[in-house]
Amino acid sequence: MPPKYHINTSRAANRFQLITKSGVMAWEEGCLKCARCVKKDCVYKVYEKRGLDTRQMLESLDSVCMDCFRCVQGCPNKLIQKGLNPAYKELGDHYWTPEIISGLWYQAEAGRIPVSGGGYGGAFSGPGFDAMWTDMSEIVRPTRDGIHGREYISTTVDIGRKVMALEFDQAGALSIDPPPVVEIPQPILFDLLPWSPPRKGINLAMLEGARSLGTFAIVRQSEFGPAMEEYLPNIALYVDGKLSDISPEILRKLRLIEIPYGKDAIAAQKKLKEEHPGLVTIIRMELAPDSSSNVFRLITEGAGAIHLVADEYGLEKSDKPLFIKERMREIHLHLVDKGVRDQITLIAGGGIAMAEHVAKLIICGADMLSVDIPLLVAMECRVCRRCKDGISCPVELETIDHLWGASRIRNLMAGWHNQLLEILGAMGIREVRRLRGEMGRAMFFEKLEKDIFSTLGKRG
Amino acid sequence: MAINTETQKLPEIKPLKSRFRNALSKYRVTITKSCNNCGLCVTLCPYGVYKAGSKKPRVIAEHLCLGFPCKEKEFYCVNRCPEKAIQLTLNPAFEILGDKRWSADLLASAWHMAETGEIPYQGLNYKTGNSGGGFDKLRFIFPKEKGPDLPDEEVSTAIELNRSGDSRPSVTIQVPFYFGGMSFGSVSIVTMLSRVKAAAALQTFCCTGEGGYPEELIPYDDHIITQIATGLFGVREETIKRVRIVEFKYAQGAKPGLGGHLLGDKVTARVASMREAVAGTALFSPFPFHSVYSVEDHKKHVDWIKETNYRALVSVKVSTPSDVDMVAVGSYYAGAHIVQLDGSYGGTGAAPDIAKKNIAMPLEYAVPKVHKFLSEEGIRDKVTIIASGGIRSAYDMAKAIALGADGVCLGTADLVALECIRCHHCESGRGCARGIATTDEELTKLMELEWATQRIINMYLVWRRQLIAILKRLGMKSVTELVGRFDVIGHLDYIKQEDLEGELEL
Ligand code: SF4
Ligand code: SF4
Ligand code: SF4
Ligand code: SF4
Repeated sequence: MPPKYHINTSRAANRFQLITKSGVMAWEEGCLKCARCVKKDCVYKVYEKRGLDTRQMLESLDSVCMDCFRCVQGCPNKLIQKGLNPAYKELGDHYWTPEIISGLWYQAEAGRIPVSGGGYGGAFSGPGFDAMWTDMSEIVRPTRDGIHGREYISTTVDIGRKVMALEFDQAGALSIDPPPVVEIPQPILFDLLPWSPPRKGINLAMLEGARSLGTFAIVRQSEFGPAMEEYLPNIALYVDGKLSDISPEILRKLRLIEIPYGKDAIAAQKKLKEEHPGLVTIIRMELAPDSSSNVFRLITEGAGAIHLVADEYGLEKSDKPLFIKERMREIHLHLVDKGVRDQITLIAGGGIAMAEHVAKLIICGADMLSVDIPLLVAMECRVCRRCKDGISCPVELETIDHLWGASRIRNLMAGWHNQLLEILGAMGIREVRRLRGEMGRAMFFEKLEKDIFSTLGKRG
Repeated sequence: MAINTETQKLPEIKPLKSRFRNALSKYRVTITKSCNNCGLCVTLCPYGVYKAGSKKPRVIAEHLCLGFPCKEKEFYCVNRCPEKAIQLTLNPAFEILGDKRWSADLLASAWHMAETGEIPYQGLNYKTGNSGGGFDKLRFIFPKEKGPDLPDEEVSTAIELNRSGDSRPSVTIQVPFYFGGMSFGSVSIVTMLSRVKAAAALQTFCCTGEGGYPEELIPYDDHIITQIATGLFGVREETIKRVRIVEFKYAQGAKPGLGGHLLGDKVTARVASMREAVAGTALFSPFPFHSVYSVEDHKKHVDWIKETNYRALVSVKVSTPSDVDMVAVGSYYAGAHIVQLDGSYGGTGAAPDIAKKNIAMPLEYAVPKVHKFLSEEGIRDKVTIIASGGIRSAYDMAKAIALGADGVCLGTADLVALECIRCHHCESGRGCARGIATTDEELTKLMELEWATQRIINMYLVWRRQLIAILKRLGMKSVTELVGRFDVIGHLDYIKQEDLEGELEL
């Protein structure tokens, strides 16, 4: 039996009161003092648990009510009302929506995937990732046995150059030296954060999280310090200074290193390879309209792994930016055309906000992804970006205990992993490696709309 | 052995109030302290919003208030009140009700229809939701010239479910819909029975869902579809023999590719005994059928049912993968009379959010795709296509039929008639706090069977009336004429009123 990848989760309580969509308002004036007040009938015992959080001056009614409306509908004097919580509406922005943020909070706290009754309640489709659906297979499914066979679906991916064929000498020995690859058990790396309050605890939480998940966190050379040394096997060191400033001992302990795209990138990769043959180099480049030709050139020059980075909204760098999913499709198909796609590992990141984005971006051609903001949100970040302007963080992220932070990150990633299994299982795919580029197993909004709706309403 | 050749009388509408003291309404009506209790408002308002009181009138039915459009009326209480004591405002709670698919307006409309048996008049959009696509962007194209004004009785809403031409009986339903499977366990016995009784009254069917055939259902055998799903919970030969339609559930739209999932809390002793399982343990149905790895295997299943019950029609419920057209053809060749396409946006049971939103295609694509393909294969006339998964209103139903379905299968809408508010917490703890999707004894008592049955009947009789009105505007005498009429429906992104002869309208 193949080994199972299992992530241990445990509830990690919120430090701050949750911001929920709606709240209850209960007025005292005019109360009839009924013998049996409707508040006593609340199935979720909201009124019994009532309390005031003095640090934030928040009423607990807002965070435990489950919106059944029975108290609202039962009070004879209509003294109980529900209303939209304005703080909820203000969370995040058009891309990092309140629904996404609160979904991430739930997973980070509970370590469980969001499950609900009553069907789907969202938009028909939307921009970006919301303009595609993944496939499922109706009957033929030798890959999956109820919920219990799912652990055997592999989510492992490799980072590094692949040789397309082994070569042997006359004596039958391997005549090429296959380049090193790093294997990680789920297709997600932790990326540099676009913004955050002072990062000491945050960095350690991300590293501790990465270690327990068997993955890597990208750390800037300039932020690396002795406290992080024990995490070296799970660090992908990003060279934001001089390569020569990194000590050989550190390089020896590293397995991944990331260098910025530029004139000297290939030369730097060569040099690293000579001195540290076991180290895998990733070249980091901004996603842009000319990415596909640049990636192709890098492959011919010997690159083994490329990290393509879009902005926080998944947009490439351009006046008329394309969304990451569209650009990755183009890059992937270009490399397939050129016959080199399988030689390279493509890591894509920027705007990855939900578990479904992982599966969808892999279908669109990425081997694996990098995530950033969701890791902060796992630690209760509200995506207010006050830290970016140097204003104090409302959830005091600079003060977190890194072990608490790591368990929140682990919970979130366990949720994402499980959801990736849901999608793979429904498709009847046994390995995430096989999901890559499987665009035929996805349905794209633009195409379906045109095929089906553009023909309606025509006579004859 | 045609059972329903002559139309029996459909049931009557009986108005029935909300189970809760204060109905949820779009508007709020308040009488301030300056009221002198002259009683004028009580006599003015034709909608029964007020009731006379000892100190001042009582506002007893805000949800029936016409709202701001009442300004135009001579009886507008706010203007006529001599003391200017009446305030009419929007209800802030309305803003948080519902979601993009089931907007607050759609919910309130369904409640209104279930309560009064009438089409809402309070300025509620009872035709579309706010999902921004699919049904919500499809419109009918009505001819400019009005056809002859037929009496409603002369328009048929009946459909035949056995179109195969085999020797099995004809099964006609008087309305182009039946009710989908909701198992005992996921909903209360009252909810289950009320749906079955309403189906019988409307001369259609209700599916048992997975989880057994409670004996309370036996009197309604002729209106029951029994379901065989992957868990085989509660499937017995005698239940298969009892009914006129047997349904195979291969997949369901809400969680395509995943089996059923009943959390341990909901597995009470009664649920457990019916499913032959242990109380308190979560029950998972595997996905898929472990005995089905090909269309040939599937045919064996269908043959098995046909052998067990010589008069039963076989329905196959599938969800909507990219090759849904091939799945439909395969089901037909294996011998299915009915193919039910369950789109990805519907469902009532607990499901992972990621599956509900992302896996498989919405119904609005799947139905026309299948209709076209079966037509090209020349077999469209031999099989009944039923669409389900996200039908919220009579308008959705009519659109699904125009897109190529013969009829639809409903679920969530029935629950809304019973005052479900779509809080999406059916799965947690004791289950639905409003007593609909729960097996908790105390919560089950929140609803009475007669009330529930009549609410469902009321709402669907209004749907039927709305469907007839659409058919009449299109100059059709039978709902069967609407099937696959791509020419009478258009999508707002592709069609403009200026380019059309007819009227682009809901
Ligand atoms: S709306 Fe329901 S859950 Fe919320 S406080 Fe009232 S009774 Fe409790
Ligand atoms: S909550 Fe606001 S201030 Fe704190 S980390 Fe997040 S964006 Fe920055
Ligand atoms: S009309 Fe005005 S004053 Fe008269 S009973 Fe109504 S609210 Fe009171
Ligand atoms: S505004 Fe019109 S409908 Fe509403 S309570 Fe007054 S009279 Fe009745």
